[in-house]
Amino acid sequence: MAVVFQRTNGLTEKPFHYCPGCTHGVIHRLVGEVLEELGVLGDTIGVAPVGCSVLAYDYFNCDMHEAAHGRAPAVATGIKRVHPDKVVFTYQGDGDLASIGTAEIIHVAHRAEKITTIFVNNAIYGMTGGQMAPTTLIGQKATTSPYGRDAAHSGMPLRVSEMMATITGAVFVERVSVDTPANIRKTKKAIKKAFEIQLEGKGFGIVEILSTCPTNWGLTPTESLTWLQENMIPYYPLGNFRTPEEAK
Amino acid sequence: MAKILMKGNEAIGAAAIKAGCKYFFGYPITPQNELPEFMSRELHKVGGCFVQAESEVSAINMVYGAAGAGARVMTSSSSPGIALKQEGISYIAGAELPCVIVNISRGGPGLGGIQPAQSDYFQSTRGGGNGDYRLLVFAPASLQEAVDCTMEAFDLADYYRNPVMVIGDGMIGQMMEPIEFNEPVKRELPEKDWATVGTKGARKPNIINSLALDPAELEKHNIKLQAKYKEMEENEVRYEMYNMEDAEVVMVSYGTTARIVKNAIAALKEEGINVGLIRPITLWPFPHKAFEEIPATTKALLSVEMSMGQMIDDVKIASSGRWPVHFYGRSGGMIPTPDAIANKVKEILGGAR
Repeated sequence: MAVVFQRTNGLTEKPFHYCPGCTHGVIHRLVGEVLEELGVLGDTIGVAPVGCSVLAYDYFNCDMHEAAHGRAPAVATGIKRVHPDKVVFTYQGDGDLASIGTAEIIHVAHRAEKITTIFVNNAIYGMTGGQMAPTTLIGQKATTSPYGRDAAHSGMPLRVSEMMATITGAVFVERVSVDTPANIRKTKKAIKKAFEIQLEGKGFGIVEILSTCPTNWGLTPTESLTWLQENMIPYYPLGNFRTPEEAK
Repeated sequence: MAKILMKGNEAIGAAAIKAGCKYFFGYPITPQNELPEFMSRELHKVGGCFVQAESEVSAINMVYGAAGAGARVMTSSSSPGIALKQEGISYIAGAELPCVIVNISRGGPGLGGIQPAQSDYFQSTRGGGNGDYRLLVFAPASLQEAVDCTMEAFDLADYYRNPVMVIGDGMIGQMMEPIEFNEPVKRELPEKDWATVGTKGARKPNIINSLALDPAELEKHNIKLQAKYKEMEENEVRYEMYNMEDAEVVMVSYGTTARIVKNAIAALKEEGINVGLIRPITLWPFPHKAFEEIPATTKALLSVEMSMGQMIDDVKIASSGRWPVHFYGRSGGMIPTPDAIANKVKEILGGAR
């Protein structure tokens, strides 16, 4: 009997704690598959954030370090400078990376640290119960924007990939989405590319992944995917913003 | 080896490198700048690495990463910068990682000033960051002691898997004194088999973490930490006792202030007044046992600090109500004079005799 599908060795056997329909599970699996396919699991150190994926250290089948909120890129810098020959990645949400950790993410790129960042953008603070994030869309209701986000009050949503692409040291910047099987395949490709660039020592790479939060959006998993397509993708266009060739 | 003349900040950096420190993450702030500058010149020569972070917050989190990765690592800053590092220090203590943190302290609160002060006593001994944790805190009074403490700090950090702080007031950082580098007493140090160095597929993943969502598990962790702190209290208390015989008043003072206190003691002696000194070298653990050796002649204690009165809390705890505890302090970068300290002693003893 042929095995057509099985757990990747890039993930541990620990069951995920994520809500039904949340796409963190898909993204975890993609990262695990890439690390396994590149044959670097035994030489990888991952840095987990604070937020829904705070327990990521239990799921990735490699050495892990749990950072303070927003500080994963700084922690990763410390690790990479000690072990320049190892693969180091951070896994961060939008509250972690686009709000409290903006200084850290800007400067990890600015220093061109040879690190890969997996940035999961679901336009909301998930773990704390659905508060407004810098990435929350205009009109989107959150527990701290109960009337919908108002640009005059809270500014326009922050486009992280576009911002990162202005930094010379960020040699790979791509925004992808996990809303369809085709886009999931593209996401895996982008993640792989980002890790390959790290292995080649070219500089910092970030993959922004548009993701869903059915629980805090108040939608079913399927409705969430549609909401992502109709609302997030128009404001957060998919595509590559920087390749090492362009960065030269 | 002949002694060499060095500036305090550079001497501390040189001591760290002698102790095997390979990594330094810092951010500029006066009056400690010569330390990161020294490390940026020297660390690469020993195969190490210096990184100037974008903030003190990032610097301590780089230390967190490097310590977790098994390295001997240090950061330094000054008072407001150390305030910013408290988040990371709490995580490092919670995750039980070794590192050395140097505070060349200045006057506060807020932006304060850039002159020497000792107003970070609470910050260094009472947490500063969140949670039930302790730092081993050395407060050297001379550059030789600063060098000795720094070199030993790395071993102690590794031995206890705990951050160690070396706190020197601005004078320690800025003045020059002759020093020599002496190897600390050898300790049996545990293997860093917990470090994130990659599994090589040969073991289960190592996880550096300070999160425990299960209350029972977190309490168990805290009980374990407390046992470690208890061991430090039993084994790592350092202090100096000076001129204690027949002392009428015993002063308690640390760092460079203790040197000024010694001048006051000499002046008072000429006037026939015998005054002793307890000089804590470790601020935590505080040398409670030194107070058991206070002679029967002592009528009062006097805490002398470059602050508005912080260590005095520990002096009162250590005195257990056995002696009245007085205070003399200057702050904001003002330095106490021997005369003013001597006058305070005379005032306690009921005026001039």
